Amino acid sequence: MESTTNLDAAYVPSEDVVAREIEEELIIVPLAAGMGDTEDELYSLNETGRAIWDRLDGKASLKDVVDELCVEFEAPAGEIERDVAGLVGELLKRRMLVKAATG
Amino acid sequence: MEDNTYVARLGGTNPPLWKSNSPLLGKLDLELTERCNNNCIHCSINRPADDRAAREKELSTGEIGDVLKEAVSLGCLTVRFTGGEPLLRDDFEELYLFARRRGLRVLLCTNATLITPHLAELFARIPPLEMVEITVYGMREESYEAVTRSPGSFEAAWQGMNLLLEKKVPFGVKGALLPANREEMEEFEAWASAIPWMDRPAPWAMFFNLRARRDSEEKNRLIRRLRLSAEEGLRMLTREPQEYRKAMVEFCSGFIGPPGDRLFTCGSGIGSGCVDAYGFFQPCLLLRHPDTVYDLRKGSLKDGLTRFFPEVRERRAKDPDYLNRCARCFLKGLCEHCPAKSWTEHGVLDRPVDYLCEIAHAQARYLGLLGADENAWEVRNWRERIESMDEQSDLVGVPLTESV
Repeated sequence: MESTTNLDAAYVPSEDVVAREIEEELIIVPLAAGMGDTEDELYSLNETGRAIWDRLDGKASLKDVVDELCVEFEAPAGEIERDVAGLVGELLKRRMLVKAATG
Repeated sequence: MEDNTYVARLGGTNPPLWKSNSPLLGKLDLELTERCNNNCIHCSINRPADDRAAREKELSTGEIGDVLKEAVSLGCLTVRFTGGEPLLRDDFEELYLFARRRGLRVLLCTNATLITPHLAELFARIPPLEMVEITVYGMREESYEAVTRSPGSFEAAWQGMNLLLEKKVPFGVKGALLPANREEMEEFEAWASAIPWMDRPAPWAMFFNLRARRDSEEKNRLIRRLRLSAEEGLRMLTREPQEYRKAMVEFCSGFIGPPGDRLFTCGSGIGSGCVDAYGFFQPCLLLRHPDTVYDLRKGSLKDGLTRFFPEVRERRAKDPDYLNRCARCFLKGLCEHCPAKSWTEHGVLDRPVDYLCEIAHAQARYLGLLGADENAWEVRNWRERIESMDEQSDLVGVPLTESV
């Protein structure tokens, strides 16, 4: 299981989750067992998390995502990179994200 | 795992906090079939498992899929699969996966007799995200099957529950209090409390509803004989007198009062509803009056929720007896009377139900809200009585009137 974030890699939501937008909230609904501490948990992403999640399409690398967000939010690269790595790391730990297949 | 600043856990049955409005449809009840492999003596809905006419009228797999798709589009997060016995459907697994893959939590209500190793494994691998709800009818084959009238059902139910335990699939149980199992109450409660996911006492059904489709007066006569009287019900409700009184003081101070001629004072049809086995959308599971059901084969959940249900909820009582009693009665809220109960008991939406009236009055007398010969609909100073109830909460555990 991938647990360390690689900024050169592209990531994509796992097939074991369903992401739903409900009344402006992004709710992540686990499909498979063992993705949370209890078997009835759902998850939501905050605004920063949402902005990053929406760009995890399996094609753009995390570096690309960071660059894009720097422009959109006019924020320093270091700060954006920390947020991206933080979210991706958290989602990888929960198996909600996987590294995209290459080539 | 700890929450970081990006990902928040939304645990348990608490709904997420929506930034703006709640979704149009938060929860949907879906009655997959009215058919059941049991034939419980007290059941308000069941049809035989091999009822061909019923089966042919049921929504198809595709039709249920369409309902679920629309429910998801309206923001629904939870669907309750109920019946009859929902596992009787040959396409249950397909419907379950369809719902889960669209990001729905599934609350399954079942008698557990049809839970197979394959299904238990499925629920372990792709969890429903809601506890499976199982009704248990007795602790022995003799008592259990005296209720279900289905030989072999006791062993099958226990096998089903053991499979869920083995696979660590969370489930909860509730009891149906009937003459055949009444002597087993304590045994049932002790057993239920040992189920790993039961974090509160197992609830009991005891004031059974009459037939939801008003299709059998013979069965209704049986149900009337089986359900607890007001006095017996009060004894059950007040088994823990301190807890009961504390809960009722809190409840009565906020949720009871005369409704006037408004019929619908509950939340039925607001953000929720029930689709019956044949495609009719109802404000709640029990209400099947022809004027209050919406044909989904000719419309949509959205139209039902935004146009039809609000019209239903606007209905006013006309029955003189209702207007004289229920409309003026401050026990509304404590009393379980509602249009659905009136429908099952009388075939109309606005008639008092004496059985429910007796139960509510018994509780009110126990709580000191009513004198022995008073009718609640004749009381004018009910607000003072409720406030006085608050002041007497220090006397928790001390009945203000003699216990029944």
